[in-house]
Amino acid sequence: MESGFKSGDPIAWCPGCGDFGILAAVQKALAKLGKPPSEVLMVSGIGQAAKLPHYVKANCFNGLHGRALPAATGAKIANRALTVIVTTGDGDCYGEGGNHFIHAIRRNPDITVVVHDNQVYGLTKGQASPTSEKGRVTKVQPRGVAMEPFRPLEVALALGCGFVARGFSGDAERLADLIVQGVGHRGFSLIDVLQPCVSFNKVNTHAWYKERVYAVEEEAGYAPADLASAFVKAREWGERIALGVLYRSDRPSYEEFSGLSGLSPLVDYEADPAEFEKCLQKIRLKNG
Amino acid sequence: MEKGPVMGFDVSIRIAGEAGQGIQTIGALLCRIARKSGWEFLANQDYMSRVRGGNNSYTVIIGDRPVASMHERIDLLIALDAESIGLHQGALKPLGRIILDKERISPEKNDPLFVDVAFRKIALGRGDARFAGTVALGALSGMLGIGLEIAHSAVQEEFASKGAAVFEANSACLREGHDIGRGKPYDWGGVPSGPDPSKIICDGNEAVALGAVYAGCRFHSGYPMTPSTTIMETLAAFSSEIPLIVEQAEDEIAAINMAIGASYTGLRAMTATSGGGFALMTEGISLAAMLETPLVIVNGQRPGPATGLPTRTEQADLDMVVHAGHGEFARAVYAPGNITEAFELTIRAFDVADRMQIPAIILTDQYLADMVAPVCLPPEKDLPRARHVLPRGISPDNAIYLRYKLTETGISPRAVPSWISGVVYADSDEHTEEGHITEDGALRTAMVEKRFLKKNALLSAEALPPRAKNVSGAQVVVCGFGSTLGVIEEVCESMAPVKIGCIHFQQVWPFPAADLASLLKQAPGAPVITVENNAGGQLAKLIRRETGIAIHGSVLKYDGRPFTFEDLSTRLGEYWRTHGIRF
Repeated sequence: MESGFKSGDPIAWCPGCGDFGILAAVQKALAKLGKPPSEVLMVSGIGQAAKLPHYVKANCFNGLHGRALPAATGAKIANRALTVIVTTGDGDCYGEGGNHFIHAIRRNPDITVVVHDNQVYGLTKGQASPTSEKGRVTKVQPRGVAMEPFRPLEVALALGCGFVARGFSGDAERLADLIVQGVGHRGFSLIDVLQPCVSFNKVNTHAWYKERVYAVEEEAGYAPADLASAFVKAREWGERIALGVLYRSDRPSYEEFSGLSGLSPLVDYEADPAEFEKCLQKIRLKNG
Repeated sequence: MEKGPVMGFDVSIRIAGEAGQGIQTIGALLCRIARKSGWEFLANQDYMSRVRGGNNSYTVIIGDRPVASMHERIDLLIALDAESIGLHQGALKPLGRIILDKERISPEKNDPLFVDVAFRKIALGRGDARFAGTVALGALSGMLGIGLEIAHSAVQEEFASKGAAVFEANSACLREGHDIGRGKPYDWGGVPSGPDPSKIICDGNEAVALGAVYAGCRFHSGYPMTPSTTIMETLAAFSSEIPLIVEQAEDEIAAINMAIGASYTGLRAMTATSGGGFALMTEGISLAAMLETPLVIVNGQRPGPATGLPTRTEQADLDMVVHAGHGEFARAVYAPGNITEAFELTIRAFDVADRMQIPAIILTDQYLADMVAPVCLPPEKDLPRARHVLPRGISPDNAIYLRYKLTETGISPRAVPSWISGVVYADSDEHTEEGHITEDGALRTAMVEKRFLKKNALLSAEALPPRAKNVSGAQVVVCGFGSTLGVIEEVCESMAPVKIGCIHFQQVWPFPAADLASLLKQAPGAPVITVENNAGGQLAKLIRRETGIAIHGSVLKYDGRPFTFEDLSTRLGEYWRTHGIRF
């Protein structure tokens, strides 16, 4: 029951915001996954997207702007039994947290990252985001955005991310399915979610997306294991925009590589005098 | 005449040369030999920020009782390159000796102070010029009258893992050097006794790492930065033995946020850095305070601003760490004075951070981080190491867990996510008791009082009093914090019969104001001065601000080097003269 994952906290988004669709998808996905709320951790930074964990009945770590990924990584290391889902925005994840985005993909912790990508800063009222198109005029960029847009999916593919997907806030059913698949993937899974911002993005509206998006899995012969095709689909922007799992591959997750998988969740271990003695002995051997 | 603590016997040895000549290995071997001989010692490195070349040195003072400070004057210098003679000859005592290889270094005149040992020729005879350091160590051991078997067992421990051939060659080099050294004995009176099994050789950073493990730390995330890096390296070595994860983060911001994420989830977690990295972490410190998530942060200070002197020492981050982070919140800052305190205060930092749900900072510096001595770890009595969290399954089904429940003390019972049936909301926005965003003014006021004022009162009540020595009836009182402990105490004691009181702060925040005031009542009218490794007299200002006590003045050093015994003796003498203090 997705209602089992609703919190009582009143929602502070603008009416018609794409965030509502994403929230519904997260709650549907959690219901499908069937874990109790106490075994799910939602992590976020700051921005409109980052408020989402408050509206979900699950553990919530709402930290600093840009820093959701390191916090989520630390939490997953502490307790690998938790299902860890990050909800973040294009500014939070690709701007302020850009360095963490790169290195979290390389590190490959078993977390699922849902990026609310509306190509604009909502919380601070309409400045350009890393994914804003070149030339888009805002109050801070009166001559238009000078930078090329950041291309999260291509960056993720280049870094070897094992699960690269694109969703749309206007299709909560499919998005929920992507989140379930992302959680099922062992390692870092990225779901970039296209969403309208009804207040500050007058171009990429719900209707604009609706005319362009299509499901990649409905294309005959599309193989998400093929990196070259994934790059082609990730670059598509304009007339047609591909949704779905663009790329999928397996590599050892951080938990497997670091030895965490062979241990009980770290949080279960109490301080142990015998462990201290082992370490003391190690220093004794090293130094004399 | 050498001014110094009265000792039965002591000798000061310096090994100097270029980076890459194995100076540290020889120094570490000398420490091993001293321990095997049952002697006390203090060792310190002076190194440049480069991997090859330059001039580095490793100084070991050996004696029959604990050595607390480094001295300028040395008895014996092993000079591995010509530059070392020019740089260190001036520090030699009148009867001191320089051990060198005349084939490699031709001194201008033939002075009886030179002890010629053909390091390179002997080493090459055993197959590799790199064994020259072992020849030098052998010669040194021979000169000091250390038995070959003791030196040999140290070499065995060091080289055993490197294969039989390397070990045999080094053994032979040691023996040949020892033969030469025995023929040129240096009279210092050292008598070996049995090694003390309760002691281990440890440096300041290893003591922090050991303290962390003692306290049950399970996660360290950090970004390499001298002089803190060996904390991470030591813990990484431990992580192959025990359930512990050490993660090298992409930057210090990631490091602190990972540690906070792990701590929220129930782990004892830490990060270690130096001033520049600490500056990057400050938003995270504020976050830990807002989330009321325990966190231990080590700042191993080095001279700033910016990159400063990367491999040298300073105490100029005191102001920064007691204030770091935006907004108002409670924190604790500890400043260990020696290796044993580094161990004990790390354990305390974990305990206090955990009980109070706050960030706790350990302020060390390069001098303490790299200082090596034989120490007794752990202490005789057990120090607290249990986590302060709610046991599993405490919340009745469907009850809402209040992560930030308003309580009399300001501390809310802390639940570990998944250990209770309810969920744990932690929020960096101002929040309700449950942990959701709020802008309610009354709630805001209550939360500020909880996080800042109430916790601060609890922390103040259990602040560690400063260490005090000879304060009662003192003619002058000298205050310090952190790594200057040993040198201040040794110098002040050496000034007897003039009575100099020493007050040394191992906790600088919350400042133990009442303890200081009552201590100073025992020395009415005595001028109070501070000795600090910085230019601003930061401790003097902190004391003034927190107690209203006016500090007479400060003896400050900010050349990137620690105070030596001679250094501080001279500077204090100058202070008395220039300020008309007469005894």
